[in-house]
Amino acid sequence: MFQLAPNHQDDIVRTAKIRFTFDGESFLAHEGETLAAALMRAKLLHIRDAPGDESPRGVFCCMGLCQECVVQVDGKTIESCRLSVSPDLHVTSLRRQLDT
Amino acid sequence: MITDTDIAVIGAGPAGCNAALLAAEYDFSVVMLDEQVSPGGQVWRAKSPAILSAPETPESVAGESVRNAISQSNVTHLGGVRVWHIERSEDAFVIHYENAGVSISLSCRCLVIATGARETIQPIPGWTLPGVVGMAGATSIFKQDLIPIGSKMVVSGTGPLVFFVAAEQQRLGGEVAAIVTSNTLLDWIKALPAMLLRPGLLFRGLRWITAMYVNRIPIYWGHTVTRVEGESSVSRVEFKKISKDWTPQGQPRFIECDCVSLGSGLISAFESFQLAGISLEHNSDLGGWIPKQEQDGRTNVGGCFICGDGAGIRGSLAAETHGKLAGLSAVAFLGAKINHSIVKLRREYTRAASFGEAMSKLSIPRPGLTKLTTAKTVVCRCEGITRAEIEDEMNLGAQSTISVKSGVRAGMGPCGGKFCQTAITDLIAKTKSCPVSQIAPPTARPPLRPISVNTLAGDFDYSDLPISKPSPL
Ligand code: FES
Repeated sequence: MFQLAPNHQDDIVRTAKIRFTFDGESFLAHEGETLAAALMRAKLLHIRDAPGDESPRGVFCCMGLCQECVVQVDGKTIESCRLSVSPDLHVTSLRRQLDT
Repeated sequence: MITDTDIAVIGAGPAGCNAALLAAEYDFSVVMLDEQVSPGGQVWRAKSPAILSAPETPESVAGESVRNAISQSNVTHLGGVRVWHIERSEDAFVIHYENAGVSISLSCRCLVIATGARETIQPIPGWTLPGVVGMAGATSIFKQDLIPIGSKMVVSGTGPLVFFVAAEQQRLGGEVAAIVTSNTLLDWIKALPAMLLRPGLLFRGLRWITAMYVNRIPIYWGHTVTRVEGESSVSRVEFKKISKDWTPQGQPRFIECDCVSLGSGLISAFESFQLAGISLEHNSDLGGWIPKQEQDGRTNVGGCFICGDGAGIRGSLAAETHGKLAGLSAVAFLGAKINHSIVKLRREYTRAASFGEAMSKLSIPRPGLTKLTTAKTVVCRCEGITRAEIEDEMNLGAQSTISVKSGVRAGMGPCGGKFCQTAITDLIAKTKSCPVSQIAPPTARPPLRPISVNTLAGDFDYSDLPISKPSPL
């Protein structure tokens, strides 16, 4: 790639990877990153279904305003763009459960 | 009334931080509250704790320097808290905020509101699909988590942000399929004189654009994305040429991608101003509804000052100086003798503001863009309400943002109308054939952010109460 636009991805040092679960499935994430970023890396974009028309939804505003990225942790609803991934994180999605 | 602190600042972006720092120099106790854990706001957003080291960017350098300044100052920074209500009494303000599920109140003699802006995104078919993110939202992921979004992104929107988003996506290892921008090259040439006020930024922008050309990433000037397609996430976008007033026209073309970043300018996050009792006025050059204001961040509410993009979209450079000016206004209100040169600051502010206003001009959507929202397009994402359903309600007589809200519940969802209000206002204005400036935004009602009933019930722990750093006096 032309040097006007350097690619920095290899120069970024991150914390060690840990495991968390999303609807029972195990994923890797760097400890401390947002759940939204961890799910993006896992190519898991479809986070919930809209309550009305059940259309698929995912991270949209990325700053805690739109509520599109909400998930459940320990029975509490929380935005995945404002949640840090920690080793014992078990996330339940608000997707219809038949979805894969 | 004896208050918890002399001055409270809401928002820790360039405006809020500078207001707080300056006020603290005059030996008043200052508490700065912010939704993010670390100071910086959207433009200087801090990296997540998962990043141990990373190459510097102009934003990260500026952010680090302000974060250091705050931690070395006497400003008490309350991070990761959400202000959900502001009350006013004769000689004080009471701020109610949520911290880790607990509601806490903080009283202050003087209030500085620096809540910044949020993005407007014109609803288009398919914009609810996973993989569609706001442009400001994309920058937030870039700055905080330093990852690209998806593997192949189309960026579509207005103003300088399209180029920043595209450049960052590439810098972080992602691909950009195309840039689709409503502005033409001519729009940019017209903005050149104002950009010469900030040669550094002009140069940075030119470098991004040159890099796109060198890397053969298509830039479609005077175009817009008209539809997003996909099953459970984005697979391609449709785009069209637009006319002078940005009405989409001509043959649809398509680009394959797995994510799209959309944005058409910023608007003031004005709800906190409304709660504080500041009246709003409409100024289309500064992003629509903004608080009525006087010089140096003064308002019609005694003891309440405003600064930054929330006071009108003028960008982060202007926000920094505006913050300083508002901080000085606040300490002057509390009786301090000012030993900073206000004249010099005002001059700096005017200069930065004219650059910012030129950028706003490029970013503010023109009327034709509203035609992107077809009858079947979901306008209110939270409740899944389409343009046709909102129009039906209007034909039944709903002629204000409030009656549309109570009629079809558009704008009543958990986001509190933050992403549909602009589009709904446009629709009402169209039905009534009147300018948008005559359609008042709905009255702000607490809570400003979704908070649980348990929090409101308020079983709090005394150890959660903020202890102000002692005033050095
Ligand atoms: S993406 Fe909007 S709240 Fe998380």
